[in-house]
Amino acid sequence: MSTATTGTTGSTEEVPPQKKMTRKQRALLIRSLQVAALVAVVVVLAIVGDWGAFTKSFFNTDTISKTIGRMFTSGLRSTIIYTLSAFAVGLSLGLIIALMRLSDVALYRWIGTAYVELFRGLPALLVLFLVTFGFPLVFPEIKFLQNFFVKVAIGLGSVAAAYIAETIRAGIQAVPKGQMEAARTLGMSNGTAMRKIILPQAFRVIIPPLTNEIILLVKDSSLVYALGVTASQYELTKLGQSFATGAIPGIPAGPTSLALAGMFYLVITLPLSQAVRQLELKQQKRR
Amino acid sequence: MTTETKPGGVGAISVQGLVKSFGPIEVLKDINLEIKPGEVVCVIGPSGSGKSTLLRCTNLLETPTRGTVRVNGHEVTDPECDLDVVRRSIGMVFQQFNLFPHLSVMQNLTVGQTQVLKRSKSEAEKIARSNLERVGLEHKEAAYPSQLSGGQQQRVAIARSLSMTPDLMLFDEPTSALDPELVGEVLSVMKGLANEGMTMMVVTHEMSFARDVADRVIFMDGGYIVEEGHPEDVIGNPQHKRTKSFLDRVLNPTKGDAGDDYPAPAAPAPTAGSIMDPLKPI
Repeated sequence: MSTATTGTTGSTEEVPPQKKMTRKQRALLIRSLQVAALVAVVVVLAIVGDWGAFTKSFFNTDTISKTIGRMFTSGLRSTIIYTLSAFAVGLSLGLIIALMRLSDVALYRWIGTAYVELFRGLPALLVLFLVTFGFPLVFPEIKFLQNFFVKVAIGLGSVAAAYIAETIRAGIQAVPKGQMEAARTLGMSNGTAMRKIILPQAFRVIIPPLTNEIILLVKDSSLVYALGVTASQYELTKLGQSFATGAIPGIPAGPTSLALAGMFYLVITLPLSQAVRQLELKQQKRR
Repeated sequence: MTTETKPGGVGAISVQGLVKSFGPIEVLKDINLEIKPGEVVCVIGPSGSGKSTLLRCTNLLETPTRGTVRVNGHEVTDPECDLDVVRRSIGMVFQQFNLFPHLSVMQNLTVGQTQVLKRSKSEAEKIARSNLERVGLEHKEAAYPSQLSGGQQQRVAIARSLSMTPDLMLFDEPTSALDPELVGEVLSVMKGLANEGMTMMVVTHEMSFARDVADRVIFMDGGYIVEEGHPEDVIGNPQHKRTKSFLDRVLNPTKGDAGDDYPAPAAPAPTAGSIMDPLKPI
């Protein structure tokens, strides 16, 4: 049975049943090596790191009990508000851009492409800065555009729109051509056919990538701190960081609040992923 | 704008000087054709002969390059013509069924009625049910298209068209995508329709259907109407060499040397709809 460890050399002499055993044993060996390597990494990390200090500073129960309330009512709340408002802007603008990119009118196609290329190429942080500094200069009379939340929604949303537009475009193009033809032969206008026949099918395809966009937005909402926010507008990252640096009276400095912020992000993203999985399963049955 | 009877009559098709090019390839070359109300016309011919394109030019899924097409007295090739209105009265059945997969059978049949004809939901459902009954699928109204066989899907597609109470029906190779044992159920529904006096233009390879049901058979080849007439004459006693050769091949597919004198088909015409966007608003 030594062939199991020496590899394939001399395999010409093996008879089939023997070969089967060999393959099984080789797989077992490889698997054991992988597990051993994994265990080694964990052991090394456990020895090298000072985990007592880590637990004390990252999971300080006293700090957790003092900060968790505000993390929840203020930080989590702000993060969700920024995310949802930016997603609302991104989705509606993205849909318009996607339809423009698919239009028969060359000008619309050109505008759509230019938009996507521009906003996909700029960092979200830079766009946020541009909006914050630009709007008061360009639209000083329009009060609505000076609102902090509106600027956040537009800043983050206009970047998200570029990605969402590409996702929606791919979804629309994935719907077979015959669907549009069938809808038009029933006498539907182009718009009605889009609304009732094409988009519902397209969105079924793009819900998973669209969820990805939301998850990215949840994380991008941490950029809002750069706009100079008041304490009540702190989202999870900024709030966690403020606690951590001791900037907020009564809370000892330490990274516990950062770990807490991280957990709150997972509180948002994990159920989101799960919900999408359920939705996909449900729709698969219909197909 | 209404679909009232105008010169040409309800259910009539009139094609004059129709030319259709896909880029440099001329698929239809000067087609002239009159179909009277209540008439059943089968269009046969080799693939690439332009039969499907002719059908699709009738409801302007393809935009003709030249010539005029009149349906129910409306000149659909007129840029002023409101196609959405004319298309309501033209049913169309596709080779690939094209049912809406995200809608149930019942919703497939009602969406056009409620959205386009503005019928109430209850009225639309009543009409849908009677048409499902007509194609023998009244027990499938809650099913989704993916749960049906090909033959059932095509019958639902026919019922969907009928629910719009069309004046005429276009069939684009309705049985070509079906397993052989499912062809019969679709053809018998079509035969029933023909017997009820529906104007029908059918692109098909089913010679027995053409012979039994059609009032007139049109043989197309190379973008021309080569021969047309009563099915017994065109299929039973073709005059033209190309018709003979084609029918010989279709009716005796295993006789290998049948088409010796048959000219090799030119570069295959593009599949209808693959190049130009047929849905551009006119």
